[in-house]
Amino acid sequence: MSTRIASHGRLIDRNTTVSFTFNGKSFIGHAGDTLASALMANDQMMIGRSFKYHRPRGLVASGAEEPNALVGLGTGSRFEPNQRATTTELFDGLSARSQNHWPSLEHDIGAINSLFARFLPAGFYYKTFMYPRSFWKSVYEPFIRQSAGLGQVPTERDADTYEHFYAFTDVLVIGGGVAGLQAALTAGRAGAKVLLMEQSAHWGGRAPVDGGTIDGAPVEEFVEQAVSELEAMPNVTLRNRCMGAGIYDHGYALGYERLTDHGPAQPGPRHRLWRIRAKQIVTATGAIERPLAFAGNDVPGVMLASAMRDYVVNYGVTPGQRVIVATNNDDAYRTAITLHEAGVQVLRILDARNSGGGPLMSVARELGIRIDCGRAIGKVKGGKRVTGVSVCAQEGQGGALEDVACDAVAMSGGWSPVVHLWSHCGGKLTWDDAHAMFRPDPQRPPTGADGLGYVTAAGAANGALALDAVLEDATVAASAAARAAGFKSKSVAPPQGAASPEAPLEPVWLMPRQAETPLRMKSWLDYQNDVKVSDVQLAAREGYESVEHTKRYTTLGMATDQGKLSNINGLATLADALQAEIPQVGTTTFRPPYTPISMGAIAGEARGEVFQPIRKTPMHDWHEAHGAEWEPVGHWRRPYAYRRPGESTHDAVMREVKNTREAVGMLDASTLGKILVKGPDAGRFLDMMYTNMMSTLKPGKCRYGLMCSENGFLIDDGVVARIDDDTWLCHTTTGGADRIHAHMEEWLQTEWWDWQVYTANLTEQYAQIAVVGPMARTVLETLGGMDLSKESLGFMEWRDGALGGIPVRVYRISFSGELSYEIAVPASLGQALWDKIADVGAAYRIMPYGTECLHILRAEKGFIMIGDETDGTVIPQDLGLHWAISKKKEDFLGKRAQERSHMTDPDRWKLVGLETTDGSTLPDGAYAVAEGVNPNGQRNVQGRVTSTYHSPTLGRGIAMGLVLHGPDRMGELLEFPGTDGKTYTAKITDPVFYDKDGEKQNV
Amino acid sequence: MLILRCPYCGVDADETELAPGGEAHLKRFGPGSGDDDFHDYLFTRENPRGVHFERWRHAHGCGKWFHAARATDTLQVFGTYPAQTSEPPKEVLALIRAARPGWSWREFA
Amino acid sequence: MSEPISALKMAGFDGLARVEDCGLQGMITLRGDLSARAVKSAVTAATGLTGPKQPGPLQIVSGKSGSAAWMSPDEMLLLCPYGETGSVLAAMQEKLAKVHALAVDVSDARVQLQVAGPSAREVMAKLCPLDLSPENFQPGTIRRTRMAQIPAALWMVDEATFRVICFRSVADYAFNLLKTAAHPESGVGYF
Repeated sequence: MSTRIASHGRLIDRNTTVSFTFNGKSFIGHAGDTLASALMANDQMMIGRSFKYHRPRGLVASGAEEPNALVGLGTGSRFEPNQRATTTELFDGLSARSQNHWPSLEHDIGAINSLFARFLPAGFYYKTFMYPRSFWKSVYEPFIRQSAGLGQVPTERDADTYEHFYAFTDVLVIGGGVAGLQAALTAGRAGAKVLLMEQSAHWGGRAPVDGGTIDGAPVEEFVEQAVSELEAMPNVTLRNRCMGAGIYDHGYALGYERLTDHGPAQPGPRHRLWRIRAKQIVTATGAIERPLAFAGNDVPGVMLASAMRDYVVNYGVTPGQRVIVATNNDDAYRTAITLHEAGVQVLRILDARNSGGGPLMSVARELGIRIDCGRAIGKVKGGKRVTGVSVCAQEGQGGALEDVACDAVAMSGGWSPVVHLWSHCGGKLTWDDAHAMFRPDPQRPPTGADGLGYVTAAGAANGALALDAVLEDATVAASAAARAAGFKSKSVAPPQGAASPEAPLEPVWLMPRQAETPLRMKSWLDYQNDVKVSDVQLAAREGYESVEHTKRYTTLGMATDQGKLSNINGLATLADALQAEIPQVGTTTFRPPYTPISMGAIAGEARGEVFQPIRKTPMHDWHEAHGAEWEPVGHWRRPYAYRRPGESTHDAVMREVKNTREAVGMLDASTLGKILVKGPDAGRFLDMMYTNMMSTLKPGKCRYGLMCSENGFLIDDGVVARIDDDTWLCHTTTGGADRIHAHMEEWLQTEWWDWQVYTANLTEQYAQIAVVGPMARTVLETLGGMDLSKESLGFMEWRDGALGGIPVRVYRISFSGELSYEIAVPASLGQALWDKIADVGAAYRIMPYGTECLHILRAEKGFIMIGDETDGTVIPQDLGLHWAISKKKEDFLGKRAQERSHMTDPDRWKLVGLETTDGSTLPDGAYAVAEGVNPNGQRNVQGRVTSTYHSPTLGRGIAMGLVLHGPDRMGELLEFPGTDGKTYTAKITDPVFYDKDGEKQNV
Repeated sequence: MLILRCPYCGVDADETELAPGGEAHLKRFGPGSGDDDFHDYLFTRENPRGVHFERWRHAHGCGKWFHAARATDTLQVFGTYPAQTSEPPKEVLALIRAARPGWSWREFA
Repeated sequence: MSEPISALKMAGFDGLARVEDCGLQGMITLRGDLSARAVKSAVTAATGLTGPKQPGPLQIVSGKSGSAAWMSPDEMLLLCPYGETGSVLAAMQEKLAKVHALAVDVSDARVQLQVAGPSAREVMAKLCPLDLSPENFQPGTIRRTRMAQIPAALWMVDEATFRVICFRSVADYAFNLLKTAAHPESGVGYF
């Protein structure tokens, strides 16, 4: 059984107990435990079920690389799936649930998959779920969804808060083990600004567990001194519980700080995402031990040798009482020795090497531990727990030499440097044959803006595994990084590390080397995605030669652990199957983040009221108070309609249209873009920007204009007012203000930079109020201050003045066909003017109206709307706007493009009005069908609806659409099948439905 | 997440302050130009793996357009310079030639 | 007579730093050749700053009657009392009459916020991709940048006080953003 032992436990406080629950059952742990160590102390070795076969799974590792022990953590609004028990610090009240089983961890129906394992090999999805096609929706997909997937999605809104922080530093050191500490000391002493990050709560990494001395003292003393020296340096910042998550272009790096995960009752943000710019980055990310691939290497109780050592030394827990150690290297002997010292019986060390190891082997032998060289594990016995192993010869096929009963197995296949961060932004690797590992190739680092490397790997992450080498390598790496960041370090000899020398390892990619098929089918490479040696071999047989393809076919390394334990073993297996060298097969791509980070951290502060900017006009609050139903227009919120008590939205819109046509309405038009264009060349410039001639516009007058992109398509429209000789004010659509301003600046700065023109975006300087309807002039005259008579202010003219004592600029323009004034007023006075107009207008039945009413008013008049009649593929000629395209101008943006053959094609669909024969309203976006079908068997089409409304003025549906040869087909009937199953019949008409002669605005 | 120095304000701007604008040094073809020239002007781009000349705007800064000579493979930046020019500055070209003998990009090399 | 009102109606919040609406502020955008004599005298007319004292790139300088901030090689932002914007603008137009330049009132297009307190740098560094450490950012420097999802300009009036200008329409967003970043329990301790 796994249990707490009396000795060891450097990280736990045995005097403090902490209670927690696992699957609803209460347990006790100690302060300083991880969830993993606390579960182990309580003999809870089985922690989850595997992804595909639902096999029982337990702890394999002790840190971020853990593939199996994923739990659902917390409850309700603080529930989060797929949390690694090994990196979850225990706290009082912690609640965890195992995953991937039904009805319970102990009795899982899905485990039946395991019996069919031979029918579920790599690629079985692709092979099995193909035919018949009709089975996809009803049979295959539900089956796959039922059986696949890790954990459960939280159902409640996350109760926590998150934030970002932008930090700039000279040297970022990722990893707070002895290498990272030594690197930070070196760079810090050189005077560089240093940020040191450690993913766990503890400094020193695994060196204190592995033993040895630094400058003659225990490693822990060095760690303590280093941390206190670093803390005293004003130029150094230390952050533990902060993982270097990714390295990106030009020294950008992400740090993932977990502020309250170890004590959720604490106030403040839960996670902070550090968005770092570093001149230089040192990755001191250590190394990860590789599992060995032998049959049953996934049975709970089989663990990495280093992890088993961690559990004993750090937490005083052991996974078993009788342990077998299997290894191909010397490091695992440390585990055997540690276990022995802790009173755990080590039954055998099975060393795959015929000649065994070095001095550590002698130490183990002197302790009386039996060591069998050239031996391997043939098979692990047991289901939910290891019960024994059969021992075989490493060079054989798996024939059992003896069976040994045991309750835990420690395995070590050698070490792989954590090269992830080095590789994230293009750092290349080199194969180290002696240690059978990929390590960073210092000749090919990720390069920054200056073309030079900005990442240096240090210590075990650089392949320097022995303690003395680690310290020296870290010193050299940090000196180089500091120098590259502009700081010269004094050459100080690194502290002297001393640890037992080790004999070379022998690569073992399969145990035993000639393992037969049934054994290979139980030899796991990727625990989390349930990929076995046999799957990778199958992929190779089926022709998958590229490691990237094999990864996707077998799903090796694609789980949430991103193959931290499986990648190297997997590609070695592939190389072996392809009879290629490992470096030729290469690795898959390492991508950030190093371990999964929370969605909350990525979103940062952007949630709730600051999820995204909401742009508000100066009258926003008034609208809100008067029943506005909001319509998002870009980031703006505009009133769609103002509902009165008892009214439906449709009723409100109908009332607003009728009232505006019959009496007077007011519209908040503040969101329209207003761009000032000034200079001696402003007229010439606007002639290029607009399809019409703007240079000939007289001061005091307005003109409607169209803007096209250089490839001819209509991008915006609006009224241009000439202010004085060299100044124009261009109105744009609501969505177009920033875009069109940028568009103007782009052409001025990058093409016509010698033209004398300045622009200024004044969109938000003014509130703009449209007063529209037969009584509009009366209302404004009642307000008083300006002569707004037909003679004084004609259609398409503007004047400065004052209304009700407020300075205004009044434009007499109309987007409704009614007598209409748009009044611009400084934004800070917008509400004041709005109130005055509403006050005096009350006597004339003035009502505010929203965007839907605006749309109906313009559609009744056949006015186009950017974004309805246009979609980025429409040119003005399609919309019958030839009148707004100057024939006199030699050039304007879009002119040349509109001469291209496709643009002049007579078969382009053209704008027409559409009237349903029964008065109903056409569905928006519906297509007019034509005879026959296209090569895909779909009905041919000959037009589509671009705008459609019920017109209360006409008492029927009206629409506009683009139709093949439309303007030549007046009176023809078209059929529009709707998504509601009905087919609508509509007659092609002129798009102007109301007041064709424009009498209403001409008053 | 590049950093590019805005040649106008001297700021080393984070990419999130910038807006990309595609390939630099395009020659505009307008009315009167042939179909092929106009087509190439609108649509044909170098899109190299290697040295490239790009347009960027310091959109969340001074608002100015500038050009960057940048290697798309190594992310090395050979220089940034104001957009009011039809060809890259000589010193930038010299830097590129020194770092990448034999490189090519339209008529500039 | 109707009184102009600022978008945030003088809202305030106390946390890691005090965040508050600075109220109405006169602002004039000036575009022109900043080295031209007429343009320089227009800046002098607005701020009292004589030519050599006017700001260079990324600088903001205060004069007797107002402040001038460098916005781009051909743009300055001039700050003056809100009520004097009209007369200041008129004085500037007089100086600019004969040159190609643009001077326009943008007071109502913006909102100005203050973030004050010992942790003000940290509050801003949660939202802006800038190095706001004391070594790199001091009173006298102005930066136009991105504040979370909106454009902003920021500068320091003293070692512990930032001023931030954003567009008026996003005043609520900007205020709530700063309020969130200034949450009393969210100190970082980096600077």
